[in-house]
Amino acid sequence: MKTDEYVVEMRGISKRFPGILANDRVNLSLKKGEILALLGENGAGKSTLMSILFGFYHADEGQIFIRGKEEKINSPNKAYDLGIGMVHQHFQLIDNFTVTENIMLGNESVKNALFVDEATAREKVRKLSEQYGLNINPDARIEDCSVGMQQRVEILKVLYRNADIIILDEPTAVLTPQEIDELMVILRNFTAEGKSIILITHKLREIMQVADRVTVLRRGKMTGTLNVRDTNEDELARLMVGRHVNFKVDKSPAKPGHPVLEIQDLVVRDARKLKAVDGFTLTVHAGEIVGIAGVDGNGQEELVQAIAGLMPIESGHIVLDGHDISEAKVRERNEIGLGHIPADRQKYGLIMDFTLAENMALKSYFKAPLSKRGVLNRPLIRSQAEELSKTFDVRSGEGPLSLARMLSGGNQQKAIIAREFATNPVLMVAAQPTRGLDVGAIEYIHRRLVELRDEGKAILLVSFELDEVMNLSDRIAVIYEGRVSGLVNAGESDERELGLMMSGSLHKGVESAEEKNAATPSEKGGKA
Amino acid sequence: MKDNSKSRLFRPGSNSSLFVTAIIAILLSFLVAAVVMIATGIQPKGFFDALLRTMTGLDFSRAGTAQFFRPRYVGEFIQVSLPLILCGLSIGFAYRTGMFNIGAEGQLIAGILCSNLIALTLPLKTPLLAVLCIISAGIGGGLWAFIPGFLKARFGVHEVVTTIMFNYVAMYVSNWILKALPGSNPQRTVDLPKNALLGSDFLRKLSGNSRLHWGFIVVILSVLLYNFIMNRTSFGYELRAVGFNRHAAAYAGMNAESRIILSMVISGIFAGLGGAMVAQGTFTYGRVLQGFENYGFDGISVALLGGTRGVGILLGGLLLGGLRSGQPLMQAMGVPLEIAQIVSGLIILFVAMQHGIERLLLFFGKRRLEEEKEESVPEESSLNDALSPGFEKAAAPAGDAAAKATAGKDAEEDAEASASQQA
Repeated sequence: MKTDEYVVEMRGISKRFPGILANDRVNLSLKKGEILALLGENGAGKSTLMSILFGFYHADEGQIFIRGKEEKINSPNKAYDLGIGMVHQHFQLIDNFTVTENIMLGNESVKNALFVDEATAREKVRKLSEQYGLNINPDARIEDCSVGMQQRVEILKVLYRNADIIILDEPTAVLTPQEIDELMVILRNFTAEGKSIILITHKLREIMQVADRVTVLRRGKMTGTLNVRDTNEDELARLMVGRHVNFKVDKSPAKPGHPVLEIQDLVVRDARKLKAVDGFTLTVHAGEIVGIAGVDGNGQEELVQAIAGLMPIESGHIVLDGHDISEAKVRERNEIGLGHIPADRQKYGLIMDFTLAENMALKSYFKAPLSKRGVLNRPLIRSQAEELSKTFDVRSGEGPLSLARMLSGGNQQKAIIAREFATNPVLMVAAQPTRGLDVGAIEYIHRRLVELRDEGKAILLVSFELDEVMNLSDRIAVIYEGRVSGLVNAGESDERELGLMMSGSLHKGVESAEEKNAATPSEKGGKA
Repeated sequence: MKDNSKSRLFRPGSNSSLFVTAIIAILLSFLVAAVVMIATGIQPKGFFDALLRTMTGLDFSRAGTAQFFRPRYVGEFIQVSLPLILCGLSIGFAYRTGMFNIGAEGQLIAGILCSNLIALTLPLKTPLLAVLCIISAGIGGGLWAFIPGFLKARFGVHEVVTTIMFNYVAMYVSNWILKALPGSNPQRTVDLPKNALLGSDFLRKLSGNSRLHWGFIVVILSVLLYNFIMNRTSFGYELRAVGFNRHAAAYAGMNAESRIILSMVISGIFAGLGGAMVAQGTFTYGRVLQGFENYGFDGISVALLGGTRGVGILLGGLLLGGLRSGQPLMQAMGVPLEIAQIVSGLIILFVAMQHGIERLLLFFGKRRLEEEKEESVPEESSLNDALSPGFEKAAAPAGDAAAKATAGKDAEEDAEASASQQA
């Protein structure tokens, strides 16, 4: 039979949750030494399928063969015994433990029947790190590791337990482009060593780049398994979403109006008291989308926080629609007309233990009509949420009464967008508005932002995805070390030029900022 | 459709699942206490008889006689419960805003002090004096809680540390002031004027000469107010928002600092009102305290047992009150005082194991509902927390399934019906 050429074969897997058929007779097979991508939108059933393989869930129907032998995987421990390891999207690491301590946790080797044998573990970690080019210091504390390194620690954890079938859940969602490239090299090293990899993702480009085959899921059903070299992004997107997907954002040229957001020489210190934003100057007009491009950690987060009023500014001015809001409280800014889609939707954007209805009232609960003399109008809060959910296509199990944490990432983001749009802002600050979302949701959110622009609102887009900035923006401001290192019209630049500005080696279109910073010699020298 | 409505009702963390877990926690603690009693050679029957008699007034060993129902027990037990309920509301209120107010004890003492002072110094001859005493007790408790709240909001001083210290300060300051009042001896003040007390001949007669007093009205109003503030007002919305997620609250433009202070003040007001119950209801004179009387600490148990919901706290307070006021009777029946304390400790232990109980329910529900057998998953909450957003779609229905399992336990027939429906 052909079963023995596959290391994993899942046949006719069905899994039902109350109200949802999460997996409907799905077949999946993984060959030894290949990278199989598992593609699908949020909620398509990828995670459920992998949870079944990893022993978190049991399938209602279907069989699982591991190396040709039928197995019942009823716990993650059993999965590990079978050589299956999983790298979760959200890291499960203890911050103040070292790399070695984290890796051995739950699998401690013991000497003299009593003492934890850290030396042996450290040696094994070091060897594995070397073998696969992971470049990890076994004694580093997790809190000192970058996100990319933390992920490699998670991968090492799986290797440490001798897994040779490795499931990676959305591994690139938190990585910078450079880290993604590194990860892809590591994955190739794995397959060269005969390990087999399942890569859960919804990023088509990664699949084209690294995977051998791809299995596509849509609404719990398998819509196809293809060889990557025989397919293209368009076809995959169609299989995933069920219709043709428009990657290019359709938009007419911007008709910029009066200035809505004026930032002058802004200086913001971060938590470590360093100048994260250092003399930032930018104007955003009504009816245009200005994109901020830049590598993560160049002051984007602090810039957004300062505009939103969540972080105090050291010096400089922020003017919103004619009001100087440099020192204004958050609520004053919101009332002037600041909409804010925060980068971290679970930390800032939503209260996960509130219902959808309560979350949608977060910016307007305190004023009429949602409350009168301090008493909430709960039926109205609920019906408003119902309406917004309909308009913005927020899908949830129990409608407005669903807890926010029960929503999928895409729907959480849509809920935030619905709320922020409903306040009818003059300026929308959209920070990473599509991070971790699937193609369909991204397309939708992009279209909404363009519509908002066409209504004459100003939009400040901050994104680490250069594609997104280039596609969506009318003008692009590149941020490097807290300053604008380049300001260009979107159509008049390319990836290479933007990349140079992102690394600070090229400056363009920033005369005004230049003059202000004339005292800084490096700025002068860097001028193109 | 039926499944959905079920899972909505019994979602973990929902009111009904809190209720089910609380009931199970109580039953389990009784069970373990019974084992302890048997192991130490004590008749568990004595304990349960005493508890039943305390809380219902019914004595089945004297069925048919005039002694069968004795309202005095009920009156006493309610009287003992009143300050516990208010302390439960106090702790629950702060808890919903993300704070742990260990200082209800001290705020209660501050309330007692203020009530005593007003009663002994205001030359009023009408029952208005009692009302003023109650109000001043609330204000006293609120002010006493303001300081830790302010320190927390302004300087980030942890409220657990400050409130514990403030308990001692409250006790010693109160003792010092009460002893200094004219006519006080080292143990007590002079008697409070009659019109400052909450007891009444009507209630005494009704309850067979117990100390039941009008304070229960204050408690009922407090429970209603608690629910109203929490659920119906924009202020309560803010408190809950700050309690769940300070970052998102700040993002929404809420002033977390002022909410934290106000929440502590209101929490203190509830505890202070509890003080009025003790000062004007239980006793008739101001007392110099030898040590803490653990109203505030039992209030923690009450709040947790009640799932920090108003009605839950009311019921939790009644149970803890029953255990408290039943102790003399238990001793008379040969059950040592400590057993009641063990039971209240066990209840808290089991309530704290809420997630474990949910898992247990899951386990039994799983047996009942064949198709839910995949739920031999790690603990629900940890699953939700640990797994990625990508997993939430999967985790969400899992939560529902867990909830339905709870339903299965609670309403067997319905669950079986839905099981056969699914099959």
